[in-house]
Amino acid sequence: MAKKTIRLKAKEAKGITTVKALMEHAMESGNRKDKKTGKKIPGHFIQEVVCETGGKTVMTALWGGGVSKNPYLSFQFKGAAKGDVLKLSWVDNQGNSDSLEAKIR
Amino acid sequence: MSIDMQRRLFLRGSLAAGAMGLAIGAGLLAPRAVLAAWPKQAFEAKKLPEAMQVLLGGDQAAKSGDIKLKVPEIAENGAVVPVKVSTSIENVESITVFAVNNPVPLVSSFQFGEGAVGLVATRIKMGKTSDVVAVVKAGGKLYSASETVKVTIGGCGG
Repeated sequence: MAKKTIRLKAKEAKGITTVKALMEHAMESGNRKDKKTGKKIPGHFIQEVVCETGGKTVMTALWGGGVSKNPYLSFQFKGAAKGDVLKLSWVDNQGNSDSLEAKIR
Repeated sequence: MSIDMQRRLFLRGSLAAGAMGLAIGAGLLAPRAVLAAWPKQAFEAKKLPEAMQVLLGGDQAAKSGDIKLKVPEIAENGAVVPVKVSTSIENVESITVFAVNNPVPLVSSFQFGEGAVGLVATRIKMGKTSDVVAVVKAGGKLYSASETVKVTIGGCGG
C-alpha cells in the first residue's frame, strides 16, 4: 500500500508508555444497506491490531464492525524505554494490512 | 413486505428455536474459531452473555468500582462514541468493550501482554441508546462496569 494509513505516537513518562494511534479505514460493519440498490454493503473492517516492541507483543486489539470509521486507539503499558521502537500493524477482514514503526519518545 | 423483511422474520424465527439452534451453530463455528486468532464466533454473537462466554469464558462478571468507564451521557452522533476504560485492578489480561443493544454487542477487545497498565481508549459505533459495558479480565476473573449512553442519531443502520 503506497499511502500510509497509520499515524502512531508513543511517549514514555515515569516508566509508562502511552500509545496513541489513528488508522484510516472505512470500518464498514456489514449491517448497512446501500440506499440505491437496497443491497447490503459487505463488511470491511479491521479485525486485529497488534502492537509490538522489543520482540514482545504488548497489546492485541480484536475489533468487530462496531468500531468507528478511521479508528482511534490509545493505551498504556510498562517496560519500554525512550528510543525503543514500537510497531503497530493491522489486518482487516479482506486480508489487507499495514504497519508502521515509531520510536518511543 | 419485501423479501428481505420476510427473510428477517425467518431469521428471527429460527433464532427463537433457541438452545438447540445455538448448540448446532456453536458446533459448526468452533473449528473456524480455532483456525483464526480472531474470534469470529464471539463477533457473531447477538447477545451479550453469549459473546462473553465465547470470548472470555464466562458470562458473569462482578461489578467493580475499580473500573472507570468514561463515555458521553448523550451521544449526538452514534457513529463516533468515544469510550475510555481505565482500571486500577492489577494484572489486567484484557479489556473488552460491549454495546449491549448493537446488532453485534462485542465491539472491541484489547488483550494485553506483559506490563499492562489497564487503560484503553477508542471510538465505537452505537446503533441506538444502550448500556456500554466494559469487562476487565484480571487473574482469570471478570470484572465489569457499565454506563448508559443516549444516542440521538444511530451509527449502525443505513
